[in-house]
Amino acid sequence: MEPTPARNMAETPWQRFVRNFFGSRIATAGFVLLALIVLAAIFAPVISPQNPYDLAKLDVMDSRLEPGQASVDGSMTYLLGTDDQGRDMLSAILYGIRISVMVGVLSTVIALSLGLTLGLLAGYAGGRIEAFIMRVADIQLSFPPILIALILLALTGRGIDKIVIALVAVQWAYYARTTRSAALVERKKEYIEAATALGLSPLRIMFRHLLPNCLPPLIVVAALQVASAISLEATLSFLGLGLPITEPSLGLLIANGFQYLLSGKYWISVFPGIALLATVVTINLVADQLRDVLNPRLQTQ
Amino acid sequence: MLAFIIRRILQSLVVLLVMSLLVFVGVHAIGNPVDVLISPDADQIERAKVIVAFGLDKPLWLQYFIFLKNAAGGDLGRSFAYSTPALALIFERMPATLELSSAAILLSVVLGLPLGLLAGLRPNGLVGKTIMAVSILGFSLPTFWVGLMLIMVFAVQLGWLPTSGRGETQMLFGVPVSFLSWDGLRHLLMPAFNLALFNIALVIRLTRSGAQEALMQDYVKFARAKGLRNSRIIGVHVLKNILIPIVTVVALQFGSIIAFSIVTETVFAWPGMGKLIIDSIRVLDRPVIVAYLLLIVTIFILINLVVDMLYSVLDPRVRLAESKG
Repeated sequence: MEPTPARNMAETPWQRFVRNFFGSRIATAGFVLLALIVLAAIFAPVISPQNPYDLAKLDVMDSRLEPGQASVDGSMTYLLGTDDQGRDMLSAILYGIRISVMVGVLSTVIALSLGLTLGLLAGYAGGRIEAFIMRVADIQLSFPPILIALILLALTGRGIDKIVIALVAVQWAYYARTTRSAALVERKKEYIEAATALGLSPLRIMFRHLLPNCLPPLIVVAALQVASAISLEATLSFLGLGLPITEPSLGLLIANGFQYLLSGKYWISVFPGIALLATVVTINLVADQLRDVLNPRLQTQ
Repeated sequence: MLAFIIRRILQSLVVLLVMSLLVFVGVHAIGNPVDVLISPDADQIERAKVIVAFGLDKPLWLQYFIFLKNAAGGDLGRSFAYSTPALALIFERMPATLELSSAAILLSVVLGLPLGLLAGLRPNGLVGKTIMAVSILGFSLPTFWVGLMLIMVFAVQLGWLPTSGRGETQMLFGVPVSFLSWDGLRHLLMPAFNLALFNIALVIRLTRSGAQEALMQDYVKFARAKGLRNSRIIGVHVLKNILIPIVTVVALQFGSIIAFSIVTETVFAWPGMGKLIIDSIRVLDRPVIVAYLLLIVTIFILINLVVDMLYSVLDPRVRLAESKG
């Protein structure tokens, strides 16, 4: 793969990025599948055969039906079976993906903004501020994420806001560290010196000059973190610590089917599990490819 | 050197104190344990009695100081649910967790090393590629879901292994253990494998890159030139040289494994401390929650402290950077 110079000249950085990204067949497949999953999550209320949380629509007579069976009144076919309340699993999964992806993305965006600001501050200001922020981040990173989340959720109880807070608390330190190390490198470069000499305000230098140049590694970390946030949320919800039963994410659906799994009714747990897996694995595939494409050291000259 | 150690110990104490305050105040913010403890039929006098008995009538700061004073003496309160000392309850469950965690560490080395060597020796072969693909799954699959699938396949469908519990235990030096009986081993296998999964993947990665690096070294070429058998070169010369970093990393993972056993114990109903904390959170058994969180935070702080001190002994640069920052 040797791009001709002429083609390189005409190409914008964005075009080169797109061409590099879709150069890998696995990454392309991952991207397409992920796009489908995200679309399914966004349009869940439109494409679901049933509103799984409208109790009036559920029929207890239909409970624990195997995949492919029709409802008792013959009005619909349950492609992926039903749970113990007669809820269509396909619809429950689509809504579950919606909640899981939302929690994962929301917590990552909040943690990214928080960690990025603190990391930039640490990298730009240095001194005591840097020492304090990085010490707190170090101490936090010495504990496994699940323990931090467990401590917070044991203290605050269940709820969508609480799990987002717990996931933000788990993640911010990664961004703070990545941003700071990138900022330390960038700070010494001449364009920052030039900006300082021009008399620009520190805030402007931090966010308009330093930040854009620190972004590539952050994008990769954030993409990977969305997957681990979704996975961690599912784990916590499975343990009964995450989301309340009124907002069932994939983890809660899996937990719900666990007791029936033992009696051979596999579909209540297995299908949400596959949905969770597909989401996490495709995000990882896309993130890995992003890392390869954005890492200047790996780029072909 | 001494100054560094003293500063690290002081820092650890501060973290512990902050954690204890956080945990104690936080636990008081959720729900009222009186509602959980006392049946709704109890009259006012009975309620008042229980409240006084658990010291819940005193102001929060006073409860915290009483708690700190008692904690210093090893008393972290009595469990609301079992009415036994919380710390004793946790220590009673601890052997099960330690057994499971040790078995997981053992499995990760026993399975990870040979697989990693295989992948390192044939990085471009089908075997090597398959092993690496599986190790990626080990990193990215949610542990609890793999546990469910193990139960579904090996316990429900095939019926080879029991679904949950610890099985028959035998006393070894006054501690109940599972691994001495066939029944206990059968119960131990699946949860230990599930808990080990992440670390198996980790050991495979480390061994593979270690082996690939070692194979290019002169001593391997020399051994080949001497005409040693391949199995001896790999099994003795290469393995000896790559083992130290692997053992270090695996030992460092012990704390994480204990933390992660919360998930595995819940899936396999393994009666360790992880299951205890989840059950305690469900019934709002405050003293047990507080005692568990403080205990596990202490374990982690100790592990980190020891690691930091070892590093500073081994690598003077750590000390120097520290005294500057």
